[in-house]
Amino acid sequence: MNTPKIIQISVLSLVFLAAFFLLSFLQKEESIADQASDAVDISSIQIDDDYFAGKTIEWVIPFKEGGGSDTWARFNAQFLSKYIPGNPTVVISNIPGGGSIKGSNLFADRVKPDGMMILGTSGSTQLPYLLDDPRVRYDYAKYKPIWTYPTGGVVYVSPDLGIKDATEIAKIKDVPLIYASQGPTSLDLVPNLSFELLGLNVKTVFGFRGRGAGRLAFERGEVKIDYQTSSAYLKNVVPLVEAGDAVPLWSWGILDDNGELARDPSFPDLPHFGEVYEIMHGKKGEGIEYDSWFATMAAGFGGMKLVLVPKETPDKIVEMLQLAISEMKKDPEYNEKKQKAIGLYEQVIGEKAIKIFDLATNIDKAEKEWCKQFLRDKYDLNI
Amino acid sequence: MLDLVLQALQTLFTPEHFSYLMLGVMLGLVVGVFPGLGGIAGLSLLLPFLYGMDEVSALATLIGLVAVIPTSATFTSVLMGIPGSSSSQATVLDGFALAKKGQASRALGAAFSSSLLGGLFGAIILTFFVQVARPVILIFGSAELFMLAIFGLSMVGSLSGNSIVKGVIACGFGLLVGSIGAAPATGEFRMIFGVNYLYDGLPLVVIALSIFAFPEISELFRKETAIASGEGAELGKGGWFTGVKDMLKNKWLALRCAGLGTIVGAIPGMGGSVVDWIAYGHVVQTSKDKSNFGKGDIRGVIAPESANNAKEGGALMPTLLFGIPGSGSMAVFLGGMVLIGIEAGPSMVTTDIDLTYTIIWSLAIANVLGAGLSLFLAGPISRLTRIKFSLLAPFMIMVISFAAFQATKDMIDLWMLLIFGVIGIFMKRFGWSRPAFLIGFVLATQAESYLNMSVQFYGWEMFLRPGVLIILALSLISVYFSRKGTVDENAELMEKSAGSNFRLLPQILFGGFILIFIIIAIFDSYQQSFLGGVFPLVIALTMLPFGVYLMWIFFKGNTSNAAIFDAEQVAEPGTFKATWYEPIAWIGGLYVLSSIIGFIPAIILFMISFFTLKAKTGWLKTAILTFAGVGLLMLFSHFLNLQFPQGIINF
Repeated sequence: MNTPKIIQISVLSLVFLAAFFLLSFLQKEESIADQASDAVDISSIQIDDDYFAGKTIEWVIPFKEGGGSDTWARFNAQFLSKYIPGNPTVVISNIPGGGSIKGSNLFADRVKPDGMMILGTSGSTQLPYLLDDPRVRYDYAKYKPIWTYPTGGVVYVSPDLGIKDATEIAKIKDVPLIYASQGPTSLDLVPNLSFELLGLNVKTVFGFRGRGAGRLAFERGEVKIDYQTSSAYLKNVVPLVEAGDAVPLWSWGILDDNGELARDPSFPDLPHFGEVYEIMHGKKGEGIEYDSWFATMAAGFGGMKLVLVPKETPDKIVEMLQLAISEMKKDPEYNEKKQKAIGLYEQVIGEKAIKIFDLATNIDKAEKEWCKQFLRDKYDLNI
Repeated sequence: MLDLVLQALQTLFTPEHFSYLMLGVMLGLVVGVFPGLGGIAGLSLLLPFLYGMDEVSALATLIGLVAVIPTSATFTSVLMGIPGSSSSQATVLDGFALAKKGQASRALGAAFSSSLLGGLFGAIILTFFVQVARPVILIFGSAELFMLAIFGLSMVGSLSGNSIVKGVIACGFGLLVGSIGAAPATGEFRMIFGVNYLYDGLPLVVIALSIFAFPEISELFRKETAIASGEGAELGKGGWFTGVKDMLKNKWLALRCAGLGTIVGAIPGMGGSVVDWIAYGHVVQTSKDKSNFGKGDIRGVIAPESANNAKEGGALMPTLLFGIPGSGSMAVFLGGMVLIGIEAGPSMVTTDIDLTYTIIWSLAIANVLGAGLSLFLAGPISRLTRIKFSLLAPFMIMVISFAAFQATKDMIDLWMLLIFGVIGIFMKRFGWSRPAFLIGFVLATQAESYLNMSVQFYGWEMFLRPGVLIILALSLISVYFSRKGTVDENAELMEKSAGSNFRLLPQILFGGFILIFIIIAIFDSYQQSFLGGVFPLVIALTMLPFGVYLMWIFFKGNTSNAAIFDAEQVAEPGTFKATWYEPIAWIGGLYVLSSIIGFIPAIILFMISFFTLKAKTGWLKTAILTFAGVGLLMLFSHFLNLQFPQGIINF
């Protein structure tokens, strides 16, 4: 290497790097959000209706493009952008990995209380947190909800079993069944606990990629019992039910205004799990087993999707975002397309959202231990 | 049915539908050229616009985009040896070899015309198949899917290289690397060595780039020539039209592979990543003269390329009929459909059959448009292969790094690219079959999870199922044919070198490394529960004697044995102008710098230094090239909303 070359490299590098840093510096200059973070004290910044104008809100979705969470977020994002005062751009940032743990951890590391980054979780984000998965670095106690979105699910069986609804559940008590599952600590914890509580003789086979693969195994006749979340059930299982190839038994139910389990309005004719428990055992669900089930159900379905910001985020920012949600719900285009795109349930804001958030992200210590014991005993899993 | 098809074509050729289809095709071509991005990046580009459109136009754009990704991915596979998408890995073998001989545009011509034919023929098959698709897809239970994975693995026989021992170990090594991460049956974490990144296993994009592209870049780097300068580079000969004629000469092969692609694509759970290898294995097994495969046989381009476009059509079946995406890009397509408001499900063969036909034929027409446009570009773009490599290298390094980073958007993506890239360099140098490794890697999870499921569902009775027996028979036939000759890119060098004296230490060290990995896998498996560890344990225990045998061959040192080979030592003196570790040091340096100051500043420094020192360009040229490279990258990522690795110091 000779001197002219060294000079060429140094000079060109200096010029290019200077240009690059100038460019990124200019971009930063425009952003009040970054000032806020640098100043740490967000309260000193005046937040008015122009706060979001010209800004970009990054919505972290810890799942792949094209999945349920992604579709839900993308559908909502366009309306958010329309109704948040100042019309910010809302971009979906997919960070999949570790069943949503990776993206949520990343959010925890990076988020600032300025409303410019929000997180959309799902049941499979809540459950590992509740069960103390060592990989989890996010802490729900540090967040507050902007809104929540519940979903439901329906358990159905093959007509081969010879029962026509849940009232005859006792008949299949001892029939050996197989359930096709994604994994012991996935959202399938809820159905697995359900089968256990009812005393059904169900063996679980893991390794299925998604509920769709489980449904396919049901259609192939490899498994006789399965569940699907509400929208998948309506699209793909209802035709089977109509053709006589599947028999619906119960839904998970929903959390009503008091946080109690109630029938799912999407499936008013189906009993919820609590009712089936009563049919099977002749008494209302209670005790540690039932409470543990309820805690996982609330985390997995009742409060399946939570949209979160740090606790310190000024109320005004959260209000602006929530305003957008209530405006969005009045939009005829939203209402027309909603059911097909994301399903039947309503985006929940306000007091009820906070109640659902609390139910979905808290678990009693004894219940937690009971769940872990269940996983140890049943699947030889140490967590 | 015919009237429905005609009706679908009528909808298709309405100016509105057609122009949106064209828009999708254009977008797909541009996005697809960038390796490793494909449909996902395209979708994020497209989504903001989908809402404003009506159902038909939105769908047309979406299909146009999805259809041409495997087509445009061919450009980098052939021209640079960079697998553009998971379904054009096999194209690299002969496509890039042809490019090195100066026949890039012939290879591209054959590839695109095969894509065109494959896409069209796939659509014809689907038109009939869709009526019976539901029951047929349901025949493939977990036992059949396991056997299909075995069938895929049987292709290794034809690709293992001249040394069977090394071929088997390469495949086993791939299977073991593929089983890193969460065990399908229990969720336990295997061989993660405390690295969180490995929880989900290694991403295919990163492995494919490191095993195929990295060693090629490194070799060209050291030879300091243009890509098209191999021996007997017939620069004038072989325009794209020659390639089209080659395809027509092999039309039956192309049709067979298109059929194969459609069917394999239609089976949910097989995934598109092996389709190209199965097609490639098929052409090797059915060809009389196998001597040119891996060194630039045009049939090695035609087979995978006619299969991979047909595959997208096949993958439509489970996506539309069951709402279960048959490939990565189909997952994105399904997401897009949901957003538009089209519900996949059983109604797609009954009440909505017209929509299904519109989709199938839109896909076919998009293929024709995409392949046609690409054919036009084939000639001019092929000139890239004549450029002095030192001018091209920084761009290629930038592209593979950026593509690898899109896998999980973690700096570790780049480190894994480097680690497996070095492994790839040694595999190439010592004549270990890289396709065998990759097939093992791709099929590891599939083989394991379906085996686990079928044993639990059926027990040993799984081997009494007719479907299983048929696929088993096919696998045995495939193994039988593979005994008649196998692809080895180094065959000629090997003949030349047989009997000459080698320094064996480098080979022994690399063989020893693999052996140690096998032993680690055995120890790790013993720490898992039975279901969690049994698969890697069985693979590793099977590999162990092969590994020990190989070491014995090395120590015996009889150089006429096919297992002993070292491209470095048999190369003509003067072939390599740089040491083997120089490219690794450059790329490694780039990554070290990236993790400190971020990727963009690092690539700026890298390009300026590289052009000045290696390409010996002056002030102006260095500045222009650097500006073009970095500017293009930033522009691209701005529009696609993509990120770069950030450094410790964040500006």
